[in-house]
Amino acid sequence: MRKTKNPLSRTRQPLLPPAARSTDAHLLTAAAAKGRFALPCCTGCGRFAWPIPAVCPDCLSEMELRDVAADGHLIAATTAEVPADRYFRERAPWRVGFVQLGCGPQALVHLHPAAQPGDALRLTLMLDRAGQAVLHAGPQGGDMTTDPQWQHMTADPRGRQVLITDARHIAALSLAEALVKAGAVAIYAGVPEIWKPLPQRAALVSVPGLSLHPLDLTSDRSVADLARDIGGKVEILINTADLPRPGGLNGPAAQTDARAAMETVAFGLMRLARSFGPPMAARGADGPLGAVAWVNVLSVFARVHAPGLAGYAAAHAAALALSHALRAELAQGGVRLMTVLTGPTEDDWFQTFDLPKVTGKALGDAVLGGLQRGLEEVTVGDMARDLLQRLSENPKAVERAFAAGLM
Amino acid sequence: MTQLRGYDGVVLAVPVTVPYVRHSTRPAQWWVGRALAGLAKGAGLSHRDFDGLSVASFSLAPDTTIGLTQHFGMSPRFLDFLPLGGVAGVVGLRRAARAVQAGDADVVACIAADTNTPQSFRQSLEQFSRFSQDAVYPYGSGGPNVSFALIAQAFMAATGLTRSDIAHLAIAQRANALRNPDALMKKPLSMADYMNARAIAPPIHLFDCVMPCAGAEAFLVMREATAKAQGLPFVRLTAAIERHNAYPSDPVMLRGGWARDVGTLWAMAGVAPGAVDLVQTYDDYPFISAMQFADLGLCTPAGLPEFLRSHDFTVTGDLPHNTSGGQLSVGQAGCAGGHLGLVEALRQLIGTAGDRQVTGARRALVSGFGMIAYDRGLGSGAVVLEAA
Repeated sequence: MRKTKNPLSRTRQPLLPPAARSTDAHLLTAAAAKGRFALPCCTGCGRFAWPIPAVCPDCLSEMELRDVAADGHLIAATTAEVPADRYFRERAPWRVGFVQLGCGPQALVHLHPAAQPGDALRLTLMLDRAGQAVLHAGPQGGDMTTDPQWQHMTADPRGRQVLITDARHIAALSLAEALVKAGAVAIYAGVPEIWKPLPQRAALVSVPGLSLHPLDLTSDRSVADLARDIGGKVEILINTADLPRPGGLNGPAAQTDARAAMETVAFGLMRLARSFGPPMAARGADGPLGAVAWVNVLSVFARVHAPGLAGYAAAHAAALALSHALRAELAQGGVRLMTVLTGPTEDDWFQTFDLPKVTGKALGDAVLGGLQRGLEEVTVGDMARDLLQRLSENPKAVERAFAAGLM
Repeated sequence: MTQLRGYDGVVLAVPVTVPYVRHSTRPAQWWVGRALAGLAKGAGLSHRDFDGLSVASFSLAPDTTIGLTQHFGMSPRFLDFLPLGGVAGVVGLRRAARAVQAGDADVVACIAADTNTPQSFRQSLEQFSRFSQDAVYPYGSGGPNVSFALIAQAFMAATGLTRSDIAHLAIAQRANALRNPDALMKKPLSMADYMNARAIAPPIHLFDCVMPCAGAEAFLVMREATAKAQGLPFVRLTAAIERHNAYPSDPVMLRGGWARDVGTLWAMAGVAPGAVDLVQTYDDYPFISAMQFADLGLCTPAGLPEFLRSHDFTVTGDLPHNTSGGQLSVGQAGCAGGHLGLVEALRQLIGTAGDRQVTGARRALVSGFGMIAYDRGLGSGAVVLEAA
């Protein structure tokens, strides 16, 4: 267990690495957010180029982002002992390298301390604390997590305190177990309507470092009360709030269910954002670790609006929309917002849905993996991945298929 | 090879340095104005008599040269704006020389000036180039020190150069600077000082780095007949080369564009490579000066360690180099760094270099180098100047 912070010592203010980028560079941001490795490639001659040129330097055709093997070797390495920017100055010396990429061009990268000139490297496209895409490289086959610079850019739960907002969620127990196994030092688990039976209570409280706390996301007071108790400690917040109530527009309880889902999923997020957002953003550089990530576990139906889940999908869509505002606020403190879109889970409410469904363990592992890699967008389950792929390729086909009851 | 046409009848005159200061509250426009006044005084003309104005600067924004014409009440018929860093001197000289030769201008004022505030260095790094913004500055924000450290490491590995070889250049320049009242660096530099200096981005250490400052450098380009009519001492331009992004397929910069055009340079000059009395290289880092010695034909890359050890680069030595102290010891006034060597060579060849005058200086090699937009310096240029 880590030492308690001296309350008299000053909280280090969060600084961010340089965030200015060209518009085109944000193509990389989208890839990094999903954990893809992709670089600018010419649509004409197929050559890769770096940094992103206006047009292909070989044939002047348009450039696009294309997935490519993430390998290379180190040409030269140095450490910036006296960086010009305050973020890096605070963390100097900062190690960088010049890499010959396997796909052709050369790139400046954040470099693992073990990599030496001539070494074969594995590259990763990551989001830095400013939320911008950057390249990291480390020895091929090496453990990247031993690089402190890598860890600056991930949201690793190791040594951190985590709030899971709804312990009744199907993934809550698996998630808590996975987080503790990954080194989280405290898990605060919120329990809505705590007087009701909690079937997994015994299993939950046996997770080392886990404590249960009453938390009703539909109540301003409940959220504010918990924030007063632990708001200054939470370094990763995982919002698992959900209220699955399938049904179309015209069911007898359609409006009641939609309103309830909105209250929990969308307004609940707003309540959390108001009470936990500012203290987390303020603690982005507090102590050796600091607040690092906020995770919203949402349904893939936030993006794909199935008629049979009218109100439910709307509530999740609202929460997804609110996430973007929250992301911008948290970003000021270098705190990342990760959206996890999951397919239907293995619980009673999705009983009639087609297989395969997402288990609590699969969802928990996906959240942990996303944090450890520092992602912003995670999709869980084959159905969710399939739906989003179809949506990006042909959105009207998805809409019509749902209308015809084919999906 | 391209048909070579000389710069017959074109001369340089009136070397002007507006003494550098570490930080200035004056804008770059003011520094250009002081340099212009120096040129007018030195030429015995009104600045309104200059019908060409060529300005190199990074910190003039939002102005360019055209806006300066109103600042200075000039009505030129030739304008040039060169935010090209250390290659701007050679580029500006080449263009001005051709304009004068062709009759598009009679007298071109070539001025480089930049101001410097405590925040200037970081601000200019943040927006130096789009490539730098996307792919360099976010990686530790070490600026040119980091970019050149990576090049230096590869170059030293390829040539066998060591830090103690490179030290000879920095130490000799400091000795030269002690004879220059305008140099910002006033303390002698020993081998021990150089070797034990603080690391900035290994293998770059403190005395490999220039000190950013405010200042201006300037000279006039005109026809020989004009100079004679005004009674101005002058030097002739006998050769000039310029090249940008010379070797795009080199993975890392082990040579500059000089290597591509070195044959042209010495053929135009009509002398054997290196047959000069003094050399002014672009010394943003001393190892870059070493690279220029090899690329400009004074030695081979493999012969560099021996070359650096066997020559005396002070003003009284066998190969006087960066006789003012260069940017390393005078200071780097932004874009003026590329004009510093030209103005110093002009001064040496007309014999007005004072305490640091190289005895019998008749011919000088001056090179320029500029703009590390991403991983390598893009611009390279060189000229040969001869005393009248």
